Amino acid sequence: MGEGAGRVTAHLPILQVVVPLLAAPICAVLRHGRAAAWLAVLASWSVLGIALALLGQVMAGGVISYHIGDWVPPIGIEYRVDIVNAWVLVIVASIGAVVAPYAIASVEHEIAARRIPLFYAAYLLSLSGLLGIAITGDVFNVFVFLEISSLSAYALISLGRPRRALTAAYRYLIMGSVGATFIVIGIGLLYVMTGSLNMADLAELLPGVWDSRTVKVAYGFLGVGICLKLALFPLHLWLPNAYAFAPSPVTAFMASTATKVAVYMLLRFFLSIFGAAFSFEVMALDRILLPLALVAVFSMSLVAIFQVDVKRLLAYSSVAQIGYMILGLSFASVTGLTATLLHLFNHALMKGALFMALGCVVYRIGSVHIDAMAGLGKRMPWTMAAFVVGGLSLVGVPLTVGFISKWYLILGALEKGGLWIAVAVLVLVTSVMALVYVWRVVESAYLREFSGDEGTREAPLSLLAPTWVLVAANVYFGIDAVRTAGVARQAAEVLMAGIGS
Amino acid sequence: MSIELLLALSLAVPAAGTFLILLLRRSPNAREAASLVTAGALFAIVLRIYGVVSSGERPAVVLAEPIRGIPIALEAEPLGVLFALIASFLWIVTTMYSIGYMRGHHEKNQTRFYVFFAFAIASVMGVAFAGNLFTLFLFYEVLSLTTFPLVTHAGTDAARRAGRVYLGILFGTSIAFQLLAIVWTYSVAGTLDFRTGGILDGRLAGIAVPVLLGLFVFGIGKAAVMPFHRWLPAAMVAPTPVSALLHAVAVVKAGVFSVLKISVYVFGIDFLAAAGASIWLMWVAAATIVLGSLVAFTKDNLKARLAYSTVSQLSYVVLGAMLANSWGVIGSGLHILMHAFGKITLFFCAGAIMVAGHKSEVSQLKGLGRTMPVTFGAFFIGTLSIVGLPPTGGSWSKWFLGVGSLEAGQVGLMAVLMVSSLLSLAYLMEIPLKGFFHKPDEPPRHEGIHEGPKWSLVAIVTTAVACLALFLYPEPFYRLMTMVAGP
Repeated sequence: MGEGAGRVTAHLPILQVVVPLLAAPICAVLRHGRAAAWLAVLASWSVLGIALALLGQVMAGGVISYHIGDWVPPIGIEYRVDIVNAWVLVIVASIGAVVAPYAIASVEHEIAARRIPLFYAAYLLSLSGLLGIAITGDVFNVFVFLEISSLSAYALISLGRPRRALTAAYRYLIMGSVGATFIVIGIGLLYVMTGSLNMADLAELLPGVWDSRTVKVAYGFLGVGICLKLALFPLHLWLPNAYAFAPSPVTAFMASTATKVAVYMLLRFFLSIFGAAFSFEVMALDRILLPLALVAVFSMSLVAIFQVDVKRLLAYSSVAQIGYMILGLSFASVTGLTATLLHLFNHALMKGALFMALGCVVYRIGSVHIDAMAGLGKRMPWTMAAFVVGGLSLVGVPLTVGFISKWYLILGALEKGGLWIAVAVLVLVTSVMALVYVWRVVESAYLREFSGDEGTREAPLSLLAPTWVLVAANVYFGIDAVRTAGVARQAAEVLMAGIGS
Repeated sequence: MSIELLLALSLAVPAAGTFLILLLRRSPNAREAASLVTAGALFAIVLRIYGVVSSGERPAVVLAEPIRGIPIALEAEPLGVLFALIASFLWIVTTMYSIGYMRGHHEKNQTRFYVFFAFAIASVMGVAFAGNLFTLFLFYEVLSLTTFPLVTHAGTDAARRAGRVYLGILFGTSIAFQLLAIVWTYSVAGTLDFRTGGILDGRLAGIAVPVLLGLFVFGIGKAAVMPFHRWLPAAMVAPTPVSALLHAVAVVKAGVFSVLKISVYVFGIDFLAAAGASIWLMWVAAATIVLGSLVAFTKDNLKARLAYSTVSQLSYVVLGAMLANSWGVIGSGLHILMHAFGKITLFFCAGAIMVAGHKSEVSQLKGLGRTMPVTFGAFFIGTLSIVGLPPTGGSWSKWFLGVGSLEAGQVGLMAVLMVSSLLSLAYLMEIPLKGFFHKPDEPPRHEGIHEGPKWSLVAIVTTAVACLALFLYPEPFYRLMTMVAGP
């Protein structure tokens, strides 16, 4: 490796955010749909390359600390990559890299031509915002990136074809802004108490002021704000409509990344900055989250069963799946947290694949109503096969990633012994509920007669190929989960010990 | 060829057969030839594995390792070999039968039928040779999925409803109970491997043992222990070859086989007997035996009657495992074999009656035996074997199950076995009796002899003769079972 290459490697953390951030305005001024699309593809693929390189570096050499403008922290802004956020960066970047090429055909079908360059600008901004939240080591910076990603997400959702997309985006805007405000209040209170915004610094200073009421209030504000963002029941009301009415690639992207990054924020703030000890022993975080998670998993699975719009169905399922992630956290154990972190990745793969398959359906028949999808199994065999595999993964059938998540989650519950076996049972019962809602769609597609337009054909390859990349990933990481589970476990150990070092 | 490779091939050959079948879909004759060749090749492979295992070896191979310490592994041990022998041999016979049936009955989508059939057999091999609980669970689930298109083959509303019950119960129980039991086992034993003598002894005690065993028995919905038996009668909407091989042999036997294997290799019969963990399940099985027979009485539809008879007979195998002594285990294993041959004969006959005689209800069969003497003769032999009367193989398994009950000190169970034998004699024997000795209500549609398609007839005669032969030569199978649990 030459000196130049070495210099680039050293700057990977900042490039991770800057590449999509700079590509976004270029997309906006390009004014030509296809050119903007290919720039977005190029940007998101390089983002994935950078994220993988960062994960490699962290696994080889430990935590990377990058000082912006060479200002030394805690005064300057620090980007800090440990195994936890390197993992999240890879998740976000992988989904981004698969969704970008998928978007080309899908967006031309669903969005007016003049708005397409703006779509890619917003998409890249949202991507860089999410990556920024994940990579930064500065809490105020988290807020800045949160706003970047959220504002662009509102714009993306409002691009959806149904007019209700506008109200869905507006609702998300209101709820999201409340969440962001709560978060910034929390950050402000922390700054008042410690005079620092650097995460590592905060983690050292906070134990000294644990007893103060202000810190506890800050904890509450942050908790509610972040839980709004990650759509934890009962703060999930913005999510179903936003997912249902957004353009297909946006749904696939947001469902697989936005809530995952919010879960990461929760873990980072509560386990790294406040510290696992403070969260679990002083604030009883586990006892607060456990009932919410259980209700989320159960009630949202139940609601999903009765949906007729398949996108909405999967949206409710997402709220339930987020419940699983929070459930893992509420175990307050390494195995539970491993399940959470694994499910971040695994759920991104399954929901990405499912929403992309639905995008193919929208492309051909313009609707994802369960009756409109009747008989599609014969008309669009590859699309529906993708949906079946994704659905089985959601249920947690062995050889898919869903099984791996369930395995660790149940193992975590049984490890705790006693009444926790009831939690394990509930996880399994809700898996059966997932089977019910997935199977309603499968049954409609395979066991009913097609009644739509005679000319309906399989979706184009440009949509199918990215979809099947995710489907293949669902199976691959279901068969070979040793590596993913290894990384997740390492990350869980880091989080449980406090800040990585 | 190395034995490990053969073990992997036992899955790969039927799976590869599906591609061959798909490739040759334009020419039905070549497609059916592909099915037959694949079935023959698989049986040859299993025979070779049998040769190695019967000399005391236990070849094993690891296919992948999804979670550290929990590989997808195959291992050939005597019980699995017994099951694989039955399934692979009967696949040949059923394929012959299907050729006659599917064409004679003018079924649609025949290629899809043969493809999923081959996939189902591949998963059955996976169940038979599973080296640990995880692998067993994996192929168990794959088997549910691959047989679903076969159950809903007709595509009617009734088929769709049946498919819902089928998948709902099989998947529901396996996820809610079986998976929980597996993770529980892993969390106390630290391994999921099948080992002689079990992996739980000394690691689990008290009330937890019967609870865990119950989770397994009810979680294996394919064993059709009441109240989770409804999927089996529902599955009868499938074409008859499916009912014959899958819902009298492969799928249901995969269920009871799993129960037996888990009792022997996860719990260990000595541990079960010492803990007294299986006593409550003995009575659940006994109840299923009697209730299944009673319900069978009320069914006029021939396939429904056979289905409830299967529900009842499956619990014999479960009962044998729950007896937790070596006679029970031997009887249990032999009953998997004997019931397979007996019941498949009955289903073959039911299918032939449907195709050639256009009859599906028991009350319509009066006098039909005179036009279909071979079919009704075979039905008679199959009935003897199910009831457990000489000179058929069924008498051996009932014999050992009886010995096992007495050894366990359960005289009440012995009585259940006797009563149930009488019941099954009554509801099954009605059919050949009606066929041969009653006067038909209306003049027969055909003059003289009118049997089913000739391919089907060959299959019927083969399995009926096998029922008789197993009475004289049970020895190799008995020896396999003594290797599992020597008295």
